[in-house]
Parts: sequence; C-alpha cells; structure tokens
Amino acid sequence: MSSSLAAKLPQDADPLGLRRQLARADRRRKWRAFALTLPLLVFLLLTFLVPIAALLKRAVENPEVANALPRTVVELRAWQRQDVPAPEAFAALVRDLGALTDSSYAGALARRLNSEAPGARSLIMTTYRALPLEGTDAASPPALFKERLLALDARWGQTKYWEAIAKNGSRWTPDYLLTAVDLRRDPQGSIERVDPGQRVFGAILLRTFGISALVTLWCLVLGYPLAYWLSTLPARRANVLMILVLVPFWTSILVRVAAWIVLLQSEGLVNHALMGLHLIDQPLALLFNRTGVVIAMTHILLPFMILPLYSVMAGVPPTYLRAAVSLGSPPLAAFVRVYVPQTYPGIGAGALLVFILSIGYYVTPALLGGPSDQMLSYYIAQYTNVTVNWGMACALGALLLAATLVLYATYRRVTKTELSLG
Amino acid sequence: MKTSTLVATLALALSLPALAQQQLTVVNFGGANANAQKKAFYEPFEKTGTKVVAVEYNGEQAKIKVMVDTKNVTWDVVEVESPDVARGCDEGLFEKLDYAKIGNKADFVPAAVTDCGIGIFVWSTVMAYNGDKLKVGPKTWADFWDVKKFPGKRGMRKGARYNLEFALMADGVKPADVYKTLATKEGADRAFKKLGELKSSIQWWEAGAQPPQFLVAGDVVMTTVYNGRIDAANREGKNLVIGWTGGIYDLDYWVIPKGDPNKDAALKFIAFASTPSAQAEYAKNIAYGPTNTKALAKLDAKTLSNLPTAPANAKDALQFNLKFWADQGEDLEKRFASWATN
Repeated sequence: MSSSLAAKLPQDADPLGLRRQLARADRRRKWRAFALTLPLLVFLLLTFLVPIAALLKRAVENPEVANALPRTVVELRAWQRQDVPAPEAFAALVRDLGALTDSSYAGALARRLNSEAPGARSLIMTTYRALPLEGTDAASPPALFKERLLALDARWGQTKYWEAIAKNGSRWTPDYLLTAVDLRRDPQGSIERVDPGQRVFGAILLRTFGISALVTLWCLVLGYPLAYWLSTLPARRANVLMILVLVPFWTSILVRVAAWIVLLQSEGLVNHALMGLHLIDQPLALLFNRTGVVIAMTHILLPFMILPLYSVMAGVPPTYLRAAVSLGSPPLAAFVRVYVPQTYPGIGAGALLVFILSIGYYVTPALLGGPSDQMLSYYIAQYTNVTVNWGMACALGALLLAATLVLYATYRRVTKTELSLG
Repeated sequence: MKTSTLVATLALALSLPALAQQQLTVVNFGGANANAQKKAFYEPFEKTGTKVVAVEYNGEQAKIKVMVDTKNVTWDVVEVESPDVARGCDEGLFEKLDYAKIGNKADFVPAAVTDCGIGIFVWSTVMAYNGDKLKVGPKTWADFWDVKKFPGKRGMRKGARYNLEFALMADGVKPADVYKTLATKEGADRAFKKLGELKSSIQWWEAGAQPPQFLVAGDVVMTTVYNGRIDAANREGKNLVIGWTGGIYDLDYWVIPKGDPNKDAALKFIAFASTPSAQAEYAKNIAYGPTNTKALAKLDAKTLSNLPTAPANAKDALQFNLKFWADQGEDLEKRFASWATN
C-alpha cells in the first residue's frame, strides 16, 4: 500500500525519503494497534500460558530425592543394582536423613518413594524417627550404620527401595509422563510396559475418546435435523426456538446433571413412563453406567453442535437445492449430494468443538457413571485432591493437552481451514 | 477517591483481621455427621464467645496443602480421615497438638491419640439392608457375595479401600488375618478375584449419603455403608438394618493446619469437643462411638447398643489398618482403577 501511494507522488524530489516516512508512519500505526491488544496479551500470558508452562514443568519435576538425600544419591551412582548397596550408601542415608531440618522434607521424600516402591513411606518415616541410631556417631564405620539400619528395619536389605532412590536422584524425571502412557523405566533405565495389572491410563484414554466420539455422534444425529429445521424457518420463529436451545445451555451443569439423576433412576420418571406403557417389565438401568453418561453429556453439549451448524446452514442459499431438484434429482439425493457438502464446515466445527469439550468432562461422568465410565479428568482430580500426587496429575493434564492439540492439528490438516464458529 | 473515603476504607480493611479473630472456621464432612457436630460441638462452644463457621468438604487434602504452602491458612480446625492424619503429619501439613491443653491422654481410646490429630469419634463401614424389603438379611460377607440367595444389586464404595478386606472375608479369611493376607501378592490377587465375582452386581457409591438413598429407593438390595448414616435414616422413620459382622471400624480426627493464625482458639475448640459431655452429646445425635471413654457412662443402654464400640457390635469387627493403607494405598487404588476398567 505504501508503494502505491508513493507512486502517485512523482513530483517529490526524494522518493526514498518519503517512502521511509511512510514506512515509519505505518510502523507507528502497527505499534499503536499492538499496544491496544497488549492488555489482552498480558492477560492471556498470565492466565493461560504461564499456568500451562507451570503444569508442564511440574510433570517432569522431581526434586524430593535430590533435595533430601544428596549424599546417598552420589554414593549410589556406582551401584550395579544387583545386590544390596555398599555400607557407604547406608552411612550416607543416615547422614542425609539426620541432616533434614524439618520433618516435612522426610514426609515429601517418603511420599515420592512410596509411589515408586510401596512400603517406602513407613520405611522412611520409621527410620527418620529412629535417628540418631543407637551407638553410632559421625565417626562410626559405615558397616556399623548398615548393621544398625538392617536391625531397625530388615526391609533396607531389599533392593527395590534402593532402586527407587537411585532412579530418582536426578531433579528431572520422565517417569510421570511415562506412567501416564503405561510405560516405566526398569532399574537399568530402559523403557518397558508396566505389568498388566497396573496398566490403566491407556485404557482410560481410549475410553475417554470412545465416550467423546459417541457423544459427538449423538449430538450430530440429533443436532443436524434441528439446525436444518431452524435454518428453514422465518427469522422470527427461528429466534424463538433458538432461545429454547439456549436456555438449557445457560443453566448450571450441576442442575442439569441432578435433573437427569431424578429422571433416570430406577424409580424415576423415564422408567415409570416406560413401565406404564408396558414397554418394559423391569426398570432399565439408566444411571451409574455408560448410558446415563452419554445421555446427559449429549444433552449438555448439544448447543455446541447446533450453533455452528445453524450459522453455516443459514448461509447456504436454498436455491441450490431447488436447482438440483428441478434438474431431476430425487429430493433425498439432492439433499445428501448438494446440501450436506455445503454444511461440512459446520459439521467439522461442531464435531470438533463437542469432541474437545467432551474429552475434558469430569462432573457428569463422576455423578452419573460407574468406575468403568470415568474419563481422564476424573483421575487428574483424584491425583490432585485425594492422592496429592501433583506430578502425576500434571502428567495426565499434559497428556490431555497433547491429545487436544493433535486433534486440532489433524482437523486443520484434513479440512485445510481454520476452525470457524460461525 | 477522596482522602477521607480512602482512610475509612483502609481503617475498615485493617479492622477486618481483628473481627476475624472472634470466629473459628471448622471443616467437616457434611451430612448427618455435620448436623450432630453442630448440636454437640459448635452451638455449645459458641456460648463461650467464639463464633463457629462450619464449612463442608470431601476430604480433599489438596486444599489444606495449598493453604499451608501459600501460608494463607483460613481453616482453623479440620476433620480428616485416619490415613490423612498420618500422611499430613509426616509431610508437615498439620500442627503438633499440645495435649496439656486438651486433656488427659489416658482418657481416650489408644488409637485416638496421635501427634497431630486427636480422634473425634469411632465409625464403622458395615453392611446394611432395607428391613421392609428383605425379611431375612445377610449375616456375613459370604452372604453379601451370594447373589443366588439374595438376588439384586449391591452398593459398594468406589475404590479399593474396605472392599478388598470385605472380599477376603467373603472368601473365608478370618478378620485377624485379613491384612496379613492382603499384604502378599497372592492375597491381593485373591481379593481382586473375589471382588470380580461380584463385579456385575455392584452399584458404586462415593458420598456417604448415597447408600441409604439407594436402599430406600430400592436401587440396591444391600450395601456397604457408614453406620451413622443408617442411624440417621432410621431417625427419619426408615427401617434399615445393619449387619455388624466383619465391619471395619476407624476414627476421624481433628487437626489444625500448620501456620493457623487462630491456633489457640482452635486448640480450645478441640479441647471442648473432646470433653466427656460434648462427646456424649455427639453420640446421642449420631451413632458414632466416643473417643473419650469417660463419655460412655453418660449414655443410656439403647444409644450404646447402636455404637460401633458396643461389645456385641465390635466382637467380629476389624480395625482399619492405617499403616498398611499408607504404604500400599496408591498401588492398590491404581490396580483397582485398572480392574474396574477391564
């Protein structure tokens, strides 16, 4: 634009100078525009990017052992992980534990090691409370420390606790992320799958995607005809009906979930109605299983499908369909081959929106599902609130984030468009 | 803003902490238990001049950890479950209690006295059924597992805790040997296998208020349940029956989050709630056993017979093994999640 402006001013003696001036003005304008968006950018940085960065950092952070047992970690570096470590490691452990200034450090260490080697919690805490060991001082030979520790708790003779310490000596760990995809490092450091009895997150991730896909499909099946019908109505009536779509959308999720509990329970309205019509003899199990979760999630997410569909359909001229029919196409074929392809952007946007919202669902499956219907977020909440293992919670959060980003990238690759929400 | 308004606002802001000291925030698990606490502990304690603000939570220790880590403790006294007392005490989340200000340690049942927490009451996870719908109910865990004799769904708490113990008892393990068996790999396998037999008949619950509702609504034919919730439902005219055999009893504790600015008032509250009269009043309002043994003399025979601590009820019961679950809990809960998935 600046070059075309410059070309219109041939009488200027110094075209280069003018161009420079224009470029400067242009730059100033851009800066001003940028300054206007600055508050929003800062807001996004503080409320969105910083927390995500902190989450990712916590998923690989592993300070407990390195902070609490620095000398032991050094002593264990040369250990072959075959037999019980050398007496020097026992002596270093006693010195490290004795040097902890606050019992909360021992508690954090015990928690970290216990999630690697069950039993480590009581082992660390009984040892910590028993310090200083009877008959030892700083000058005692390492062998004496070993003898006393084994006398205090014979479990110090098992390699699994030492392996847990040696493995977590570094400040950063891939372990939480590996656990989130059912992998682990063996004592030698190579990566392997966990035992079948402990494999859980792979299946949960698949289940999360499965439920989300089912909900997306139901939303599409129910939302498409409704959006189509709305788009064919005169604007005034369409608006009235749109309010009916939006009112539940504005109601609290908890209220809607509680309402579904009332409707679906075995002596609830739905079962009473079906039994009253003699369609069934026994009440159907609609609650605390997959059925209840899918019904309620479909209901809650339906507006997210209808709104993008409607906005795309409202822009499709009805003349194309009429033209196809007047050229001899049967109405149904005309609808499928002429109309539906024009609504693909709406289907794509609605499906992606519903799917991405679904994979993060927590409250609805927690209240309406059984243990085999819980999605990934439930386990994130469990690790955050109950187990207080935030490394694991963050690793699962990172997994969910990665899944969402991959989905979005795939969507862009397949449709070659930006996500349009109308 | 005018200077005078500013000064007034500042003065108000500064005076708020002074006002806050007149009140104490006590956190409980809600439901029937909270109502009993209100009558037995909060209302009488308020007569001493400190207002009690009751807050409900679901036992999430994460909230306490955040408060302690950010040094912004707004909860003064918190009711926690036994695994969390030991864990939180180890990890420095709770203040160490000064027993000189609470009472004589010898007056309490031994399990109630710990470094950071003092027992509030003894409760039990037991089996129960609706006496109106089932004339002859289950007597043992083997009966609970017998879907031929008692067809229908069973309510059980979502999670590994308690259920693995019940499964082993149903499989013929004596209560005294349950934790010894569960500590071995074969024992854990056996418990999960037994639980698997019942899997298709289980309806899971999470909140303590759910199982009595399931029983009343007829969703389940029998359920595991906290005994006090059955008592509360029966006070409302229901006819729910408890089977005490093989129940698992445990304690809830008072703790003070570390760095609490109202520590002295919090200790006063705990001391008050641990007195024999307050403890007896609590047991009259909900069928949970007092931790202060001197309270027992103040209770009538009928109340006593409903408590988990009554000799007839405790005879075949199992004490919850805190150390076992502190060590193995995370592993077993993860295995439970895997088991529930497949």
